[in-house]
Amino acid sequence: MIRSLIYSITFHSLMIILTVLSLPFMLREPVDLPPIVSVELIQISDKTNIPFAPKARKIIEETKKKEDERVVSEQAPPAAKAKEKPDRIPLPNEKKEEKEIVKKKQNPEEIKPQIRQSSEFEKKEIIDTNQIAALIDKAKEIEAVKKMDDNKITQSTQKNSFATGLTLSEEDALRAQIFGCWSIPLGLPYDQDLLVRIKLQLKKDGTIMKSEILDHERMNKPGQKFYKVLAESALRAVRLCQPLKVPPTGYDKWKELQLNFNPTEMLKG
Amino acid sequence: MKKTIYIFLINFLFFTNLNALIEVDITRGNLDPLPIAVSPLHVDIKSENFKDLKVKDLGAEIAKIIEKNFRNTGLFNPLKKEAFVQKPDIAHLKPRFEDWRLIKAQALVTGKLLVKDEKLKVEFRLWDLTAAQEMTALAFTTTPSNWRRVAHIISDKIYERLTGEEGYFDTRIIYVAESGPKSQRVKKLAIMDQDGFNTKYLTLGNELVLTPRFNPTNQMVTYMSYFRNMPRVYLLDIETGTQEVVGNFPGMTFAPRFSPDGKKIIMSFAKDGNSDIFTMDLETRVVERITEHSSIDTSPSFSPDGKFIAFNSDRSGLQQIYVMRSDGSNVKRVTFGKGIYGTPVWSPRGDLIAFTKMHKGRFYIGVMRTDGSGERLLTENYYQEAPSWSPNGRVLVFYRETKAGNKGEGFSAKLWSIDITGYNERRLSTKTDASDPSWSSLLSK
Repeated sequence: MIRSLIYSITFHSLMIILTVLSLPFMLREPVDLPPIVSVELIQISDKTNIPFAPKARKIIEETKKKEDERVVSEQAPPAAKAKEKPDRIPLPNEKKEEKEIVKKKQNPEEIKPQIRQSSEFEKKEIIDTNQIAALIDKAKEIEAVKKMDDNKITQSTQKNSFATGLTLSEEDALRAQIFGCWSIPLGLPYDQDLLVRIKLQLKKDGTIMKSEILDHERMNKPGQKFYKVLAESALRAVRLCQPLKVPPTGYDKWKELQLNFNPTEMLKG
Repeated sequence: MKKTIYIFLINFLFFTNLNALIEVDITRGNLDPLPIAVSPLHVDIKSENFKDLKVKDLGAEIAKIIEKNFRNTGLFNPLKKEAFVQKPDIAHLKPRFEDWRLIKAQALVTGKLLVKDEKLKVEFRLWDLTAAQEMTALAFTTTPSNWRRVAHIISDKIYERLTGEEGYFDTRIIYVAESGPKSQRVKKLAIMDQDGFNTKYLTLGNELVLTPRFNPTNQMVTYMSYFRNMPRVYLLDIETGTQEVVGNFPGMTFAPRFSPDGKKIIMSFAKDGNSDIFTMDLETRVVERITEHSSIDTSPSFSPDGKFIAFNSDRSGLQQIYVMRSDGSNVKRVTFGKGIYGTPVWSPRGDLIAFTKMHKGRFYIGVMRTDGSGERLLTENYYQEAPSWSPNGRVLVFYRETKAGNKGEGFSAKLWSIDITGYNERRLSTKTDASDPSWSSLLSK
């Protein structure tokens, strides 16, 4: 009788100890999780061509333009002109064509030069190749600043170190897709800590069954306008991106997914 | 026995792992302006005519103003009307979201208006097209002649809803309108809407005027003009047109600005080559000295909470920007860069100070944090100065002069705006040449 009691007590206490030990806050901090490494990967990869900083992006566009011009001068009449044509007013019957034209017209890349005038000062800066080095330096600075910021973040950004259900390339593919869909609200303050966490329930084909903002109550609090704007933009991004590029296998692993949207780095750049 | 324990333990850990949620950090996105469709406002068929207003076109005109406002922010990309897929009146009831999404719009503005009994009634809705829901809706009633302001107020409301910060469209800019050859410039005070419309002249141009500034309620303007060949600070009531000289100083006074509560004017007073900063209470007319230094202290500007003052001074040799408490204590130099710094202006948000910098014969408009760190030069040119903040602290308006030839030909002065990212620079249209702009606060607040 006593023996079984002892057994019972030891096992129960063992259970309690185990439970306590496996609670999330008892887990050790991840051993220097390198998010920086994954960012580098994206820049190298061919598929995920992401603007890594607004200025650098401008430089890339500028050089691309130059290259285009060079090619055009050697070749037959440019095809680019044909692209501009669709400015004519489409007839109402041409519904199909209309849509296509419309798409071309609204391509933000084409409209951009009209709306984003940069000053002469900026233009000079863009052409100056020496600035690229400066940009790299700046990026380092931003990263350093970001690391410091991370300590201040009140919401839990601590990742479970076991939570690597996706391979790095799978994660990259997903990330790159959402980067493309997410229009960061440019008016957000760069000096505030804004992080929106969205939990998704996915179907097997990557479409979204349910999306939920994890700090939902913060949305409608007074003084949290920026948070609300950011949360809405994140939701828009997720919806626009449907179906998400999820791996073909391992549905159980990713049927629930949490996305952490943090624009600080972009807004500072 | 041991085995069972091990199995139990392994299982236990395994299950805790399985429950862990996969997290993906999204730290980048595209910085393209948000595509927005502004549908022309539907004009109710019951609308009556009002004076010489073209009521039929009013809906399209209001939409045009909203579009122009949005395009100027650099944050939005208003889509072309030809692509629109629904009639304004039907879209206003409930848009076919999937059709609007086809033209890549993420937000849609619809509305309708009615002119009846000499009153203009306007309502609008803002739709989130990806979420397929209404984001905000409002209605206004006003006199029909106010229709431009209605367009600006709608722009403000939409801007606020989509960006989280206040808009700046229902505002005015006061500036110095210049005309005539460079040697004989006629300078008048002028006021216009932020988009360049409704220009009015406040002075006749007999005397030279400089540096006009609004008070917080936009009712009064303080500026500099000449009185017996001596520059003096004036106060002008925009509504009544009455003006007066501020303070009874023997020397010249200049660089005036209101305090954030509008009760005081802060300015420089100069005598015998030394200038210091003073405030004057507008009610009691009590003058208070703020700085006392043998150097030239000028261009004071209050922080929005009224606790600090930024000014420039040459006490360290070259002219630099300093910050002190509003009682004149605790003076700290904040700029240490190369060149000369001037015209500090505290942002209405309180986080930044805008300034003009001169270095190697070029002029820069820049911003920095209030402790002088994080200096960013936004724009560079041959000659430009006098930045003034938009009420939301996002955009700066300033003026830029072109280089004149030997006989003064080719000279012009124009107003320009730039946002704090430095990417969105635009010229403001004014009827004449213009300088020394000052942005009002929101009129409809």
